[in-house]
Amino acid sequence: MSEVIIPGASGIIQNEPLLWEKGGKGRRGMCVPGSDVPAAELPAALCRGELDFPELSEVDVVRHYTRLSQWNFGVDSGMYPLGSCTMKYNPKINEKAAATPALAAAHPMLPDELVQGSLQVMYELQSYLAAITGLPAVTLQPAAGAHGELTGMLIFAAWHKSRNSRRTKILIPDTAHGTNPASAALCGYKPVPIRSGPEGILEVAAIEAAMDEETAGIMITNPNTLGLFETRIREIAAIVHAKGGLVYGDGANMNAIMGIIDARRCGVDVLHLNLHKTFSTPHGGGGPGAGPLCVSEELARFLPAPRAVRDGDLYRLDWGGSDSVGRVHAFHGNVSVLLRAYAYIRSMGAENLKKASQLAVLNAAYIKERLRGTLPLAYDRPCMHECVFSDAQLQEHKVTTLDVAKRLIDCGYHPPTIYFPLVVHGAIMIEPTETECKADIDQFIAVLEQIVREAAENPELLRQAPLRTKVRRLDETLAARQPCLCGS
Amino acid sequence: MKEFDELLFNEEFRYTEEHEWVSVGGAELMVGISDYAQDQLGDIVFVEMPEVGATFARGEQFGTLESVKAVSELYLPVGGEVVAVNEALGDSPELINQDPYGAWIVKIRPSDTAELEQLLNAESYRSMLRG
Repeated sequence: MSEVIIPGASGIIQNEPLLWEKGGKGRRGMCVPGSDVPAAELPAALCRGELDFPELSEVDVVRHYTRLSQWNFGVDSGMYPLGSCTMKYNPKINEKAAATPALAAAHPMLPDELVQGSLQVMYELQSYLAAITGLPAVTLQPAAGAHGELTGMLIFAAWHKSRNSRRTKILIPDTAHGTNPASAALCGYKPVPIRSGPEGILEVAAIEAAMDEETAGIMITNPNTLGLFETRIREIAAIVHAKGGLVYGDGANMNAIMGIIDARRCGVDVLHLNLHKTFSTPHGGGGPGAGPLCVSEELARFLPAPRAVRDGDLYRLDWGGSDSVGRVHAFHGNVSVLLRAYAYIRSMGAENLKKASQLAVLNAAYIKERLRGTLPLAYDRPCMHECVFSDAQLQEHKVTTLDVAKRLIDCGYHPPTIYFPLVVHGAIMIEPTETECKADIDQFIAVLEQIVREAAENPELLRQAPLRTKVRRLDETLAARQPCLCGS
Repeated sequence: MKEFDELLFNEEFRYTEEHEWVSVGGAELMVGISDYAQDQLGDIVFVEMPEVGATFARGEQFGTLESVKAVSELYLPVGGEVVAVNEALGDSPELINQDPYGAWIVKIRPSDTAELEQLLNAESYRSMLRG
């Protein structure tokens, strides 16, 4: 057997204190010339005591952040197969486009005629997202996926109210994204959990049994969080519609189906997209994101306002009618994310977006087939953009999924998503995305195979991992029970 | 994680398929989670409990448990009114890991004690886990 080449290696990493623990009296980044304007007395009421600002030189600050960045791991450093998160490489040209001063520096309160470029981008992005989903009316306001979900639930409620239909429940499959029940509950609906069938997807009978005229509709993540396509989606949608409900599609996994699946034709009425996942904004650091919401023609009047519209040669903001659920974000939403998505869609084109999805699915399917003899598959059926393994075999060696994840860090990879979805014991959920080439995926597979061999031959190595990182295994329990959020 | 023969059971209690236990006898019944459940969840870091006075039907969600791995729902084994919540778990959720059958989460006044008959006893819960 040839030796496995591991990308992870050890190098010098510098320690770095917090900013207010370093620096010294009088250090500064630049010297401001003395003022020739007479000093004005500040009213005592406006003055506070000594503020604890650090005094630092430019090089102090540059080294501080450079060192911190070296402790980090991102898609620009290596493969980041974090399932359900679509951590794909984001081309730098999108960053450049989003940083264009005419767009990035436009004041959000400028009148429409002075921001025609920004409005055109918003208008065209709305129509691209409509084309990608099949749902014709789009709001760009929601700031992230869960915000899109909440907006969608507000639209569910507004639609039912407009028909004098009082509904209290929402069906949520156990393979939906974890935020779905929270979004429904925040809107006053009671989430009703639906168990997926033995094949990891929804069964028509389960929906038939649960759907009634008290139920506002269903929230389906498709492909679901097992990376499986909900093949019964159209039958399920028909049942929900027949009982007067609506179908919400969680489009967080759109990276698997761009240009392939038309959500509208699947029976979906409302769907959000995670632009930061599928349409190229660096994420994982907590934002900003964007979760535009796409709806059917019938529901367009309920969308938040304003939306960009085109009047002849001019673009303007349309403030909607009295049916709108109202604003869900100040100004135009998270515009920098919208700009990246626009640049990404324009630079890829329709054919390449479709190809990206095909490659994302191919890469996941390749990993699934190559590793099926190494780790037990949670569900042995064709996967979409991610594949899920269980810890059944690791347990024999008293090695946990967490141990494998930590060992992967030693080997130079960001770990996959672990212990999610909850329906799989000790889940290991791998989403390679389309941006990894075959050679890199082969290397990842070889490393994972080696780690599973180590689990049998030297389990202690995994239990001790990570060994090569700046800090060793952190006490996650203590951090969760007694969080320290304000430095020292 | 524990081997099957390391798992603890309380022979007096009744169990649900979702791994909650409920005490038997008396006007007020204690509810908690089994040793198997706490072992599977790993270190518990937060317990979300209902308000005293809230009523729930059998099988209804009455709270959540957050561990380092996941957030899990708690389902009431028998319907009734919550008469007490275990305040000690607020500061010390680890009590559930340390003593799963001592660390009750809520006490309830059951609306229908006949519902207890529909739960698993220790022996049948054990066989369910054994598969």
